[in-house]
Amino acid sequence: MSDRITRDEVVHVARLARLELGPDEIDAFTEQLARVLEHAADIESLDVDDVPPTSHPLPLVNVFRTDEVRASIDRREVLAQAPWAESDMFRVPPVLGEEP
Amino acid sequence: MSWSIEPTLPEGWELVVGLEVHVELSTATKLFCGCANRFGSEPNTNICPVCLGLPGSLPVINGTAVKYAMQLGRALLCDVKPAVMARKNYFYPDMPKDYQTTQYEQPTNSDGEVVLPDGFTVGIERAHIEEDTGKSTHIGGGGRINEAIYSLVDYNRAGVPLIEIVSRPCLDTIDHAKAYVSGLRDILLAIGVSDARMEEGSMRVDANVSVRPVGSDELRTRCELKNINSIRSMARAIEYEARRQIDLYTSGERPRQETRHWDEAAGRSTPGRSKENLDDYRFFQEPDLVPLVPTAEEIAAIDAAMPALPAARRAALVEASSADADVVATLVERGQDALALAAIGRGADADKVVTRLRHDLAVDDFSKVSAESFAALIVMETSGDLTATQAKQVLAELVDSGGDPRSIAAERGFEAMHDDELADLVDRLIADNPDEWQRFVGGHEGDRKKMQGFFIGQIMRATKGQADGRAVADLLAQRGRSPANGSPGT
Amino acid sequence: MSALDTAAAVRAGERSAVDILDEHLARIARRDGEIHAFNLVTEGLARSQAESVDAAVAEGRDPGPLAGVPVAVKDNTCTRGIPTTCSSRILEGWLPPYDATVIERLGSAGAIIIGKTNLDEFAMGSSTENSAFGPSRNPHDVTKVPGGSSGGSAAAVAAGFAPLAIGSDTGGSVRQPASLCGVVGVKPTYGVVSRYGLVAFASSLDQIGPFATSIADAAVLLEVIGGHDPRDSTSIPEPAPSLLDVLGRGVDGMRVGVITELAGGPGGVEGIAPDVVARTRQAVAALEAAGARVSEISVPSAILGLSAYYLIAPAEASSNLSRYDGVRYGLRVDAPTTGEMNIASRSAGFGDEVKRRIMLGTYALSAGYYDAFYGKALKVRTLIMRDFAAAYEQVDVLVSPTSPTTAFGFGDKTADPMAMYVNDVCTIPSNLSGHPAISIPFGVGDDGMPIGVQILGPAQSEPTIFTVATVLEDVAAKGGAQ
Repeated sequence: MSDRITRDEVVHVARLARLELGPDEIDAFTEQLARVLEHAADIESLDVDDVPPTSHPLPLVNVFRTDEVRASIDRREVLAQAPWAESDMFRVPPVLGEEP
Repeated sequence: MSWSIEPTLPEGWELVVGLEVHVELSTATKLFCGCANRFGSEPNTNICPVCLGLPGSLPVINGTAVKYAMQLGRALLCDVKPAVMARKNYFYPDMPKDYQTTQYEQPTNSDGEVVLPDGFTVGIERAHIEEDTGKSTHIGGGGRINEAIYSLVDYNRAGVPLIEIVSRPCLDTIDHAKAYVSGLRDILLAIGVSDARMEEGSMRVDANVSVRPVGSDELRTRCELKNINSIRSMARAIEYEARRQIDLYTSGERPRQETRHWDEAAGRSTPGRSKENLDDYRFFQEPDLVPLVPTAEEIAAIDAAMPALPAARRAALVEASSADADVVATLVERGQDALALAAIGRGADADKVVTRLRHDLAVDDFSKVSAESFAALIVMETSGDLTATQAKQVLAELVDSGGDPRSIAAERGFEAMHDDELADLVDRLIADNPDEWQRFVGGHEGDRKKMQGFFIGQIMRATKGQADGRAVADLLAQRGRSPANGSPGT
Repeated sequence: MSALDTAAAVRAGERSAVDILDEHLARIARRDGEIHAFNLVTEGLARSQAESVDAAVAEGRDPGPLAGVPVAVKDNTCTRGIPTTCSSRILEGWLPPYDATVIERLGSAGAIIIGKTNLDEFAMGSSTENSAFGPSRNPHDVTKVPGGSSGGSAAAVAAGFAPLAIGSDTGGSVRQPASLCGVVGVKPTYGVVSRYGLVAFASSLDQIGPFATSIADAAVLLEVIGGHDPRDSTSIPEPAPSLLDVLGRGVDGMRVGVITELAGGPGGVEGIAPDVVARTRQAVAALEAAGARVSEISVPSAILGLSAYYLIAPAEASSNLSRYDGVRYGLRVDAPTTGEMNIASRSAGFGDEVKRRIMLGTYALSAGYYDAFYGKALKVRTLIMRDFAAAYEQVDVLVSPTSPTTAFGFGDKTADPMAMYVNDVCTIPSNLSGHPAISIPFGVGDDGMPIGVQILGPAQSEPTIFTVATVLEDVAAKGGAQ
């Protein structure tokens, strides 16, 4: 197994991504992610300090919408898709932790 | 502006406060969709695929929101620069995409300042554009988030345009923090980009508080205070937090960097529960939006259309009147600085202008008082054509119905009552009322006061209120001291 | 019958849209049990659309350029009130409250939405084996994969279930299955087709594109679905490219470059099969014979595309897929707190490949690794754009294989993710650069399975690459690809 990513890092990343992995999955993912990162070594080692990043292929700027109200959609159509709706709102289990 | 008494911290400690102020922009629609930006609607009625973050939906940014942001940036004396939107990734049920679209490395506005009435300058690190979250109602557990049985989410507020104004950690007193928040609100109202109502949540303040020994310039561990819903609540929360931290240091402990929840009713803050969200927001450029690149012409147009802002208005009035900073601040807050400057410009005495405005125009609506009539009134008063009492009466009528102060004075039969006329009247009254006069010159403090009232009342009756009470009091005092009448108290 | 001929017959009142629909439904009924191109056949919607088209013709109105033409739509494209699953358990049963822009445009053009096609879950894959609802099969040999991620759409067109299909191409997901299924597949210039209503995989790379059995059919479909959409900020503010008029211009005097790194030679990308290399050479020779001036052009950074792509795409995906949290729609697995409910729902709702990419992307963006991985990948993206810009100073179009191999067997490449990812090596550079590319069938390999040749061009060069592809189509039709 490669040392490019550790089991602990995989567990940490899974927590960030809100995924739960069983012990076997952690092993498999550690190995598979390591393989992909191994391949990415070709760019990791590249000297591109003076190259600017490209986040987007299009050179567009300043695309704006005019501030005019458009009809909202019927909440019944949306709430009908909710796993649990109550009082025209989306019901969720208690939210622990702090508000952002 | 009312100045509370700054709470004193234990000797040897000083405050270091930075404020993060979130302001909802008063656009017609949300930041990325055409849903109404409206407070108080039925739950989940201002929603669409975009602000609900439904799969496949895409944002298109509201041009007016971006313009408002730049206006605010210029008002805060920021550099307004090309900006890119970014995603801040964390899970929260109020946030439909489970990331917040915001600005990170390249915000629209950076490096500004706000000058407070006393001249203290608050550095602004950045003022960036971002979207608001929805709102949860916590059911059970007294509505507290950590004790609720479940929560109900309403996404009407999700996607409402916000500006987050981040100050540098430079606020050194609670009064400065309060003055800064008031100052921001004044600026927001002046340029009209937000209604800035803390009670409705359209202006929200988080405070980063730390303390340090006086004279040190270190930045110690800070705590972030949330759930502050008024300026008063902010002041209490900061003071509580500062004392809490000082207590920790003096007992040999150290504060932990944490977010704390202010409980206004209990008058204390409590630490947030252990975090479900780890602090790794994985910011990256928002690929669904393109960069915002303001042109020089746009910025010039914003500057040209910028109304005079409170700090500049205060400076202009100080320059014209030499009045004290707090008096000037009051007049600017009441919006009377333009009237003052116009009257002074028309030759009215600056001191008298400021005095009359400060004491006799403390009213909500003074729109009928024109600069011309106000200046004429002050000139009449300072030239002795009107007594102070008469001037106040004319001013009251100007407030009610406007008009020309000369005709008002003439209608009321206010004639110039010059000093020698008043002196004659006073002498006559003294002669007519010897007993009262003796009680005035020879009595105790209480008697003297009572008799002063008697004489002023008599004069007022005789002059139908046209005499200046203060001038009468001065004359009485002067007569009382003169040897002919015997010095009181000798 | 081609889409163009079908539309012409329907517009002329010679054929009824309902009849045409029934023919295709019959073919689907006969064979889709085996192929599994569709997650859902939208017979009810299709019939009402076909009836409207027939009614319009009867009333003397023109239903539009795709009158009565059945179109299969990849099941990551939102259709109002019709399940849109992305072949994922997490969206099973979700009914979007809105139509994607392409769906609206297809409707306005008289097209008939015949069904939602299978895909690798959330378009992540190159074989359609990652669908939560089982793989699609290659109509040319049902023991082989159809490619992916738009495998269902490619298979639907190859099997004659619909003359046209819509797919999405993030790293080759239209072109590679087109190549493996022997049909035409197009990845338009980024921003030509609105992404509004396309469930996002990697937003800066995703682009909707057509499948067809001919270049002309692909052209008419792109003309219908392309063009500016104010609901997509990244939409090019121009009308759709005009393509049908220019298809026959020929390549006389055109400068054609062969990408050295994708030509199967030493120093280039490894693993491109000899039969694929040979067909590509044959195509280039045919273009030269038709008057093109051919040269070899190096795009050195193309070799780095795979690594850059497999950091950028997962990074964007990790963010785009956060919203599947069990709160507003889709699968919820109950748990005592919202945080635990998020975890339970996502863990149950996503398949392994999606989890793998979310993990990879989260890692690439996370504190301490951003600069080494995601940041570096963005810089490589710059290098690729620079190399392409330099290449297009010298040539008008570039040619390469579409896929390194012909269709492979089920399970052949599922054990090692890298083995699967390599399938995209020839197609990924166009997504990173945002440039258009088209895959056209050009003969078969040693195993008798279709081979696709890819024509690439600079931004908004669709008219040029369609012209070149038309020449190769003619050559192949005349037996020049044997």
